[in-house]
Amino acid sequence: MGLFILRRIVIMILTALCLTFIVFVLTNLQPNLEKLAKTQGNVRMTDEQVATWLEMNGYTDPMLSRYGQWLGLLPGWTREDAEGNVTGRCISRDVPADVAPERCGVLQGDWGWSTVLRDEVSAIIGTRLGLTGILMFWVMLLMVPMALIMGVLAGMREGSRLDRSLSTVSIASTATPEYVSGVILIAVFASSAVGLKWFKGTATSAMDGITFENFTLPVVTIALYGMGYIARMTRASMTEVMTAQYIRTARLKGVSFPNIVLKHALRNALIAPFTVIMLQIPWLLNGVVIVETLFNYKGFGWTLVQAASNNDIELLLGCSVVAVVVVLVTQLISDVGYIFLNPRIRIS
Amino acid sequence: MEPLSWGAILVEILIRFTPVWIGMAAIFALSLTFKRRLGLYGKLFDSTIGMIGFAIVLFWVLTALFSNMIITHDPLVQVSGMKNKLPGTPVPEGTEGLGYYLLGGDNLARDVFSRMVAGSTIVMQIAPVATLFAFMVGITLGLPAAYYGGALDTFLSFLANLILAFPVILLFYLLVTPEIVATGLPTYMAAVLFLFPILFLVVLWNSRFFTQAGKRAAYISVTLVLGLWVYLGVAWNADPLGIISVPPNILIVFVSVVFVNAPTVFRIVRGIALDIKTRDYVAAAQTRGEGPWYTMLWEILPNARGPLIVDFCLRIGYTTILLGTLGFFGLGLAPESPDWGSTINDGRKLLSIYPHPALAPALALMSLVLGLNLLADGLREESLKD
Repeated sequence: MGLFILRRIVIMILTALCLTFIVFVLTNLQPNLEKLAKTQGNVRMTDEQVATWLEMNGYTDPMLSRYGQWLGLLPGWTREDAEGNVTGRCISRDVPADVAPERCGVLQGDWGWSTVLRDEVSAIIGTRLGLTGILMFWVMLLMVPMALIMGVLAGMREGSRLDRSLSTVSIASTATPEYVSGVILIAVFASSAVGLKWFKGTATSAMDGITFENFTLPVVTIALYGMGYIARMTRASMTEVMTAQYIRTARLKGVSFPNIVLKHALRNALIAPFTVIMLQIPWLLNGVVIVETLFNYKGFGWTLVQAASNNDIELLLGCSVVAVVVVLVTQLISDVGYIFLNPRIRIS
Repeated sequence: MEPLSWGAILVEILIRFTPVWIGMAAIFALSLTFKRRLGLYGKLFDSTIGMIGFAIVLFWVLTALFSNMIITHDPLVQVSGMKNKLPGTPVPEGTEGLGYYLLGGDNLARDVFSRMVAGSTIVMQIAPVATLFAFMVGITLGLPAAYYGGALDTFLSFLANLILAFPVILLFYLLVTPEIVATGLPTYMAAVLFLFPILFLVVLWNSRFFTQAGKRAAYISVTLVLGLWVYLGVAWNADPLGIISVPPNILIVFVSVVFVNAPTVFRIVRGIALDIKTRDYVAAAQTRGEGPWYTMLWEILPNARGPLIVDFCLRIGYTTILLGTLGFFGLGLAPESPDWGSTINDGRKLLSIYPHPALAPALALMSLVLGLNLLADGLREESLKD
């Protein structure tokens, strides 16, 4: 077991390295750097000025060496301009050149500086992840119980009318991506054209204080898309359990139907959905990006879009690390959890 | 002129779709008559859910085909005075086309109805073909990964998991922005990805007709000539005859969608093939002395078709969603393009005042994906029966 987890962690680190390197290469392609120079310096810069700007800001070192600098394996770049002022990767206004450390990268705990939000990457990601965490908490609180109830109700009597209608509802929910359901929900519940105006169409104010009015629509939008899939998986697992021998035995013994469902079937039927729910979290990340953009809620997804559309290299790298960790940790938890929940599975 | 009432709008829209209704009626009548002779497709008509799904999908396919006859106005033309007008508003005198904007005008005074119909053509051009390409890539890599196992499997699985660990939207931003396009990266990716269908077909014919030299040469040469011709035109925009060319931004969207879908298909194919590999008929083929590719493509693949066909339908729907996501973030296609994602993105800024420009494409997209999901569900049910 320990070896299994260790192997997974090694794979995780390897994946994170490959992934950040790909992001690094793509964001550091020449046209991207020129765009960065123009947005950071001056839009009307000539080609020579762009070249000088890139040179003075350390963007001209070889790609691998700069990736090493970001990791903190190699010493950060330093430049001296005509007046003898020394600038460098590890040098900033707070840390003058003579006391600056030689290396400053991820290994030293320095995630770099965001060029578009003008703040430390670690600080940005911390606060934004917090905001997204609140959103996800409410999404999970709404989505998981609803999906499980739907799945169990549909799966306990396969082929019944209840099963048919709940299955159709869950298919419809998986067929509605967040940007469609969000638009429809806003149009119906928040627009002046329909006139219901129960909720607000933006969640900007939810960053200061969550109210029922400003947070319902984003939470419902994300939960709707994920719910159908989990419900269908729960239904599949429930129908399988309901055909098992021990359920037949219980029926023949004369156990009442609610008792069979609640006491005999439910616990075994919930093993598979656990894995599905864990694997669904990275998918929700996508939904979070769309919903945060649609409702203007400045969480992690919004930051990702800002970083990507402005080619903010270090912020984007930070975001990708977070994303890859989320994906792989949820995978790990789902595998380990599955083993704990299902005693028939052994890893050797 | 008076604005149309909701009932009149509905009637007018139903009339506009006449070619689609005729086509659907013809196809349904034929299919129902001959359904016992049509295999899995015919069996679809035994399940209500599958039939409803098929009807919705057919509706959008025919709409895409006949879009030129259905649209009431040019989807790109702006008519002054029609900005954000409500559904059923009459257009000013002397404008070409129908006398009304059936579903109102968007924030650039274009006809929402015509844009929605024209958008279906774009979606139908990209989504099924991109899904097919993703399947070719996934199958060509997934079968050997499962069949040979070992280092090849470990390497390919690691690559697939790597791509899947990317958040889709980040991947889109990294591949589709104009700066990356300027470096030519999407073209190179297209060059690699589009080789797979040719490779797939060549290996397919080669393994089948290995002992019949004449047939083998004929099939392979036809595939190579046609394939390379299309390949040059599509991937490199260098068709020697100048017939085939793909607009660059459609190509980029196409490539990124294939790239995102292929790893998932790879995993599905690999999983199914790992299971089928242990069957007796595979062992029999190996004992007969069939080559590895024959076993993979003509023994394992045909027996994996059930789940693959079902997944194909689901995946077209997912590809449609991905295309919409690209449009929603304003990536890839030209900003004035009438595809559903871009239109939703345009409409969402004024959503709380004028919801109709965003609602029409949103509902269209939802219904198409729902239809594909229902179709997949029906197919799954029917294919499990035998």
